[in-house]
Amino acid sequence: MSKKLLDLKNISVCFDDAVILKNINLYICDGEFVTLLGPSGCGKTTTLRIIGGFINPDTGDVLFDGKRINDIPSYKREINTIFQKYALFPHLNVYENIAFGLRLKKLPEKEIKNTVEEMLSLVNLKGFGKRNINSLSGGQQQRVAIARALAVRPRVLLLDEPLGALDLKLRKDMQNELKSIQQRLGITFIYVTHDQEEALSMSDTVVVMDNGEIQQIGTPLDIYNEPKNAFVADFIGESNILDGRMLEDYRCFFSGKEFKCLDTGFEKNEAVDVVVRPEDVDVVPAEEGMVCGTVTNLTFKGVHYEIIVDIGNFKWMIQTTDYHEVGSRIGLKIDPDAIHVMKKSEYSGKFGDYSTFSDEIEEMSINDEEQ
Amino acid sequence: MVKKRSIAQRLLAAPHILWSVLFIVAPLAIVVFYAFTDAAFHFSINNFTRLFDDGTFEVFTLSLAFAFCATCICLVIAYPLAYFISRANKKTQNTLVMLSMLPMWMNFLLRTYALSFLMEDTGVLNTILSAIGIDGVSLINTPGAVIFGMVYNFLPYMILPIHSVISKIDKNVIEAAEDLGCNRFQVILKVIMPLSLPGIVSGITMVFVPSVSTFYISQQLGPTDFVLIGDVIETYFKSAAASSYHLGSAISLVLMILIFICMAVMNRFSDDDSAGGIMV
Repeated sequence: MSKKLLDLKNISVCFDDAVILKNINLYICDGEFVTLLGPSGCGKTTTLRIIGGFINPDTGDVLFDGKRINDIPSYKREINTIFQKYALFPHLNVYENIAFGLRLKKLPEKEIKNTVEEMLSLVNLKGFGKRNINSLSGGQQQRVAIARALAVRPRVLLLDEPLGALDLKLRKDMQNELKSIQQRLGITFIYVTHDQEEALSMSDTVVVMDNGEIQQIGTPLDIYNEPKNAFVADFIGESNILDGRMLEDYRCFFSGKEFKCLDTGFEKNEAVDVVVRPEDVDVVPAEEGMVCGTVTNLTFKGVHYEIIVDIGNFKWMIQTTDYHEVGSRIGLKIDPDAIHVMKKSEYSGKFGDYSTFSDEIEEMSINDEEQ
Repeated sequence: MVKKRSIAQRLLAAPHILWSVLFIVAPLAIVVFYAFTDAAFHFSINNFTRLFDDGTFEVFTLSLAFAFCATCICLVIAYPLAYFISRANKKTQNTLVMLSMLPMWMNFLLRTYALSFLMEDTGVLNTILSAIGIDGVSLINTPGAVIFGMVYNFLPYMILPIHSVISKIDKNVIEAAEDLGCNRFQVILKVIMPLSLPGIVSGITMVFVPSVSTFYISQQLGPTDFVLIGDVIETYFKSAAASSYHLGSAISLVLMILIFICMAVMNRFSDDDSAGGIMV
């Protein structure tokens, strides 16, 4: 990846008495698609607003192209934002909304016209120039917001959950479109979302945040396969997270059994968290399994079944394409590459047990978040 | 959407309709009837033609000019005030709005009377002025005092609608404007002003209309022989002469039409859908 464009150094923010960001260090390269991912209240939007110049950090420096920009107001930064609720100007039509930033730069009318037309075709809204903002659908308004921000040719585009208000189908389309716009223009995108799937499918780099701290920075593949702690493992995808011990390199112990694994670099007998992804486990007859247990729940998910298996009072989630009756005994085969060992952290023991799991509860908690 | 209304719905509307007919439509019809008849109740347009001969027309112009001045001053004072109020936090906003409404809790006549008392040649203001060495200033009985009275009395009507519109502007829209390159001043000019236009129009209406037809302020604060159109109407309706009700009605009607035209022009400036003009 090319050179550093943005650099956040030791950023901390408090509102009243609440600590919002704790010592954030993050650099972003030119042309990169970076996603800040985390549950609501984790500080991701605050981080974005600091970069945009809407909040001044209590401590720490924001560097842009090597220069400190803490004191530069947002209107002088080569950084533009797409707001969660689009924030289009209701008194202007589509054309004038897109031309807004260009007119402030006092560009000649002809150049403005060319740029606006170019932007309209970039976001597939050709011929919409004269339309009133309020007559557009959510997806179209979002496109106008994108065109408006891109028209002023920013170096960095900040996107604050821009697809949150769109329905699923439209969201998928817009994800692809945003990604392709980013690749075509080569602009740095910093994207905030709480949707892990969105983060994994669009980003070059994912920054997982919780509680005002960065939990992990990495490529989508790294984040998924090599989560650093129980929080990341649980937040990105589904995970069974077990209490275990590292006997020595390549050998770990959990669920009352010893397993081969690929992990190294731990102390002998160090207590660890062990992650096993539900899709990495093979279901075998009980007598052939490395561990075995009773199926307590089964949900049909379309592509696969999701079953909950009780093994020594720990409930595992397993994804399998075969049907297994509730109450039947099954065995599990876990290959060395399906096991990921993590150091203990403050999140240990908080996640990864499916004993209280039900779809309903998860949906409820997601709704809570959105409120 | 045309929907048949149930009997219950009609009954619910009945008091309102009855009220409107009794106290809005009927009086208006009577005013129109009086305006177009002479003392013997024969049809006549003499009431209107007379307006141009006896100097009433000049009073009209003067009233409109005074109301215009008062409205402009109100706008200039109220807009920045409303803007700063709306930038304060919610609690402070409520207090500030309440403070600006406070004078309205007192009776209008009382307020004006108090004002005349303050501005008397031997009143509090003049006493203070002479104490700091400014002597012989006559505050009361000047046209300026009349305009001051209008501004003082009607300012809250300007602050309130503008504040309510500005405080409802989406904060994100303002941030978006800053984000796209607006400095503080440009944000106000290019985003907040256009978006608060409905409030401005509504405020202008609510100040202009009562200003143009007021009569007590000019009597209390104006020069001795100073009359505005409201005073003329009042005089006619208090007079015992046979034709005075007819003349008064004619002037009222003309005033109504003039206000209506002014408002129609004003409303053209605001969005069609944002129902700016509230008639009072």
